[in-house]
Amino acid sequence: MRRPADTGVESAAGLAPSQPGPGGGAAVPAGDRIWNVGLTAIGSGMLLVAGLIVFELSRTAAPAVASIGVVPFVTGSDWDPVAEHFGALPFLYGTVVTSAVALALALPVSVGLALFLAEMGPAFLRRPVSFAIETLAAIPSVVYGLWGLFVLVPVLRSPVEPFLARTLGFLPLFRGPPIGLGYLAAGIVLAIMILPTIASVTLDVLRTVPVALREGALALGATRWEMIHISILPYARPGIVGAALLGLGRALGETMAVAMVIGNSPGIRASLFSPGYTLPAVLANEFSEATGAVHLGALAGLGLVLLGLTVLLNAAARLMLVLTTQRFMRKAAA
Amino acid sequence: MPWRLSSRLVVNHLATAVCGAMVLVAFVPLVSLLWLVISKGAGGLSLGFFVNRPAPMGEAGGVGPAIVGTFFMVGMACLVAIPLGVGAGVYLAEHGSRPFPRTVRFLTEVLSGVPSIVVGVVAYAVLVVPMKRFSALAGAFALSLVMVPPLARSTEEFVRLVPVTLREASLALGVPAWRTSLRVVLRTALGGIATAALLAVARGAGETAPLLFTALNNQYWSLRPDQPMASLTVQIYNYAISPYESWHEQAWSAALVLLMLVGLLNLGARLAVRDRVGGRR
Repeated sequence: MRRPADTGVESAAGLAPSQPGPGGGAAVPAGDRIWNVGLTAIGSGMLLVAGLIVFELSRTAAPAVASIGVVPFVTGSDWDPVAEHFGALPFLYGTVVTSAVALALALPVSVGLALFLAEMGPAFLRRPVSFAIETLAAIPSVVYGLWGLFVLVPVLRSPVEPFLARTLGFLPLFRGPPIGLGYLAAGIVLAIMILPTIASVTLDVLRTVPVALREGALALGATRWEMIHISILPYARPGIVGAALLGLGRALGETMAVAMVIGNSPGIRASLFSPGYTLPAVLANEFSEATGAVHLGALAGLGLVLLGLTVLLNAAARLMLVLTTQRFMRKAAA
Repeated sequence: MPWRLSSRLVVNHLATAVCGAMVLVAFVPLVSLLWLVISKGAGGLSLGFFVNRPAPMGEAGGVGPAIVGTFFMVGMACLVAIPLGVGAGVYLAEHGSRPFPRTVRFLTEVLSGVPSIVVGVVAYAVLVVPMKRFSALAGAFALSLVMVPPLARSTEEFVRLVPVTLREASLALGVPAWRTSLRVVLRTALGGIATAALLAVARGAGETAPLLFTALNNQYWSLRPDQPMASLTVQIYNYAISPYESWHEQAWSAALVLLMLVGLLNLGARLAVRDRVGGRR
């Protein structure tokens, strides 16, 4: 299917050779050719950038892969640069746990917010709330880290974590000394940071739901909530999953804010109150001081793992989002 | 029957209330963060804070070199990122539906999701290792890699906003396609492209992770691209994780400066799009 903006160039490029005008006519296709070749060259630059990222990471990681091996590296749980023990598992675990906490907190809030804005609340709220979400998205991550370290962590230390331990302490997740720094703090900061992503993408998805579906449900006597339940959510579900995956991808790779509040201590601990470590955080802390090709290589290897995870998540997210919008186009065409 | 109806209404109102509460929940961190940065940071702002270099613990220092460094490195990054990002965006908008540009678009989307710390590792391998030292050049290179993918995507979106009829009118008058693209389509989209570029600059100015082990930091004034350079973000980070109370206060003040800078850039981005694209449509 052609997009509207393409038609001009493509038809013009197709027409040009068939009208060889006298004299100056020949110059026209030449200009077009130069323009197109130039643009394509710049566009291909993106391939180069992607290639460069993968190549340089792999090249730097090679010494570590050679001396450790891929499987021991990914499954090893001991990280001790001095003894040259490099296992990525504690960082993988920390990354997964903090991102999961972030998603569990951010998803209901952002989807609820998006539903309220798009389907339930008064229209005058839309502009200010969208503005607030954009502001939230524009705040640099180091400022989130600052806020997390000096505002959130003390609040978690006393009253939040002791309260959780008293009420939900029967779960291993909420046991242990309330330090403040740790998986929970990182998860909450991440939740705030990925909220704008999930909310704005969900809003976009809700916008693609055909009005006829809404009207149909309402005409049959459904309440607003029933309309959302019957006709909007089933339709928008792949898109919302895509939004969640995009948010998850951002959470996995977020560095500064996490490095400042997670406590930076490698280990695999069940309690959300305990300090941990994540892939990006260990890169931030150890990379500039890494000595020796193996330590540097192991860190680059962590980067490679992180890159793989985020690329997979982003690709999956884009796929889900394309599925939602294309279904709309097919239905609109039918 | 009336009872059933009312239970359905109750559920409806309950769901509305829950979703409405989520809006408030989302506002809590935003208000808290902005309020604390302003209230804790404003006290430390003075002329000296903007123009002095960092002082040892206990003395009143400033973030002058960091402000200059941020501008310097983001400016250098723009030299590469803006032509490349805008060019790629125009390419995607003009050739968007063929298989190769589709691959490029997909790649651009995936690249915007690549964590910036990973980009820092790449810049380290490309520039820091061969030069054998941390440098502003490596920092700017990392920033440009972070800025290009989102810039390409948003440029594409703004170029696509230009009505096809404008392009068709120009082509119908016999204007060559490349001149139509350049003089009609891009000119119309100029405000949007400026917005995209300003947003990319804001993004670059707020990045910390790619600078940590490329530009590192510098306590002294420096404009040399081959030397380490300070930046607002790294300065905030270093102050925040230090054990000193007075440095924490400076971290808040520096964060306020950074927020004002990013806020101004975002404001400029909004104005640019309102003046140009919005005005003409």
